[in-house]
Amino acid sequence: MAGHQDVRPDATVTPDVAIEAQGLSKSFGEVRALDDVDLTVPAGIVYGLLGPNGAGKTTLVKVLTTLIQADSGSARVAGHDVEEDAAILRSRIGLAGQYAAVDENLTGFENLEMVGRLYHMGKGPSKERATQLLERFDLAEAGGRPVKTYSGGMRRRLDLAAALVARPPVLFLDEPTTGLDPRSRIGLWETIEARVEAGSTVLLTTQYLDEADRLADRVAVIDHGRVIAEGTPEELKDRIGGECIEVSLADGEAGEDAVAALGPLADGQPPRVEGRTVSLNVRGRTGLVVEAVRRLDAAGVGIEDIAVRRPTLDDVFLTLTGRAAEEAEEEQAA
Amino acid sequence: MSTASIRTATADTLVITRRNLLRIPRAPDLLIGFTVQPVMFVLLFVYVFGGAIQTPGYDYVDFLMPGIITQTIAFGGYLTAVGLNEDLRKGLMDRFRSLPMARSAVLAGRTMADVVMNMLATTLMLGVGYAIGFRFATSVPEILAGIAILLLFGYAFSWIFALMGLLSSSPESAGALGFLIVFPLTFVSSAFVPVESMPDGLQAFAEHNPFTIVVDAVRTLFLGPPADYAVWPAVAWSVGLVAVFAPLAVWRYRRASST
Repeated sequence: MAGHQDVRPDATVTPDVAIEAQGLSKSFGEVRALDDVDLTVPAGIVYGLLGPNGAGKTTLVKVLTTLIQADSGSARVAGHDVEEDAAILRSRIGLAGQYAAVDENLTGFENLEMVGRLYHMGKGPSKERATQLLERFDLAEAGGRPVKTYSGGMRRRLDLAAALVARPPVLFLDEPTTGLDPRSRIGLWETIEARVEAGSTVLLTTQYLDEADRLADRVAVIDHGRVIAEGTPEELKDRIGGECIEVSLADGEAGEDAVAALGPLADGQPPRVEGRTVSLNVRGRTGLVVEAVRRLDAAGVGIEDIAVRRPTLDDVFLTLTGRAAEEAEEEQAA
Repeated sequence: MSTASIRTATADTLVITRRNLLRIPRAPDLLIGFTVQPVMFVLLFVYVFGGAIQTPGYDYVDFLMPGIITQTIAFGGYLTAVGLNEDLRKGLMDRFRSLPMARSAVLAGRTMADVVMNMLATTLMLGVGYAIGFRFATSVPEILAGIAILLLFGYAFSWIFALMGLLSSSPESAGALGFLIVFPLTFVSSAFVPVESMPDGLQAFAEHNPFTIVVDAVRTLFLGPPADYAVWPAVAWSVGLVAVFAPLAVWRYRRASST
């Protein structure tokens, strides 16, 4: 079959840099979805793109997978230019989307076989690969049933399997676990980790910061179409500095008093209240917890618990964008 | 285009055609739409309306079959409108566009599947027609030419429906839009009643309606005299519609994306 030899990853051709973008911009009418985005993704890692809905993550994935063309800038994936070598590039990538992009009226097997044929793997190898993937994704029994009888988790697994049919060296996963139950999420995470161990590069977009924390070797935070921070999760946490004190209040009404009492201790952002929990970033000075307790006591605020923790990516996101990931999401939805 | 890329495009088109045909038996509502419904219409027209419609020179069942097959086949493209719109909404189009397949294959495979479905519908309807008294009165080459014209006209409508499917906001509205266009066109034509029986204004429209031109050509090829119409305008209309709507649909497909 023509092009068959093109679909296998070939170590001698796979460059050290899996994805490289320079100055990508894309507007939809008035909206600047991508604004001068630079991105370098080394081969063989999971790279997380973080950002609220509408930040430009999906647009970036669409440009990198040749679904849309950028207004300006350039990008290479697996060594191929997204515009000039689009046809070859497509044989080197796998894409699993936000929606489970599989045909509901076909069986799981027929879906995977079709994708194999469209990668020009030939009839026999396509069938073989479909059987193999169904087994690996725990879908062997369901493989003969139309997809419309599948659960949400099964569809996602099939969608991911479809992206893996041609063993692509670069994998794009656009919010792969949105709407999944916790068990299915963990299952999917394990699959992604296994792919990377096998040598693939994964670009993952997500709104779930714990997901990025668990999976990503490096992350970029995107907001309003711009990359506003980039590095390993640890680097980003260090960058916002110090640690975080979390206080559980005895009385949910006392939030404002607690913020007033703790304000002088906070580093950068003022303390945040969420339900009965007040949290504030602090910069490593010993005795801060004791001082916090003393101040709250002086202000007459009763507490149930107080703890110090390392910042999470949620804190990073909040510090960088001025809003929590979920709030930003709601804002977009409104 | 190189030979290799033509071969690739053909192979990809066949994969997509097969995919669209595999879907049919699993979507019973569509299957019924293309089997039970046309048969029901044949029986309804022959036994309910037929007695009240004067078709000088023909038995009504002979007069009706070319018309009702043309209508059914024009509606065959409905599957394309609904199918493409679903692919678009559900993100399947994005998957196809990210694969190293020929860009033309998604639309070509979709419309090709309609041709196969239309062949089945035509066979079924001719079979039912035969059972209730329809008879060809011409030679085998003429009959085959008539069937070819029907399929070609259906193919043209598949491209019109393809464009509607890509432009519509939902599969339902894509289907409704198609219905709005095809329904009046088929009824204000020679498909079910002689054009001469219509009021003047309507008659002028009906005479130039491509449905009339195609139905008359097929009647000529299936029944012979008194039907004696030119066949080439039916071919010209069909080819012309493809020439206009296929590029429009392809243009729209290139720009289309799920968001």
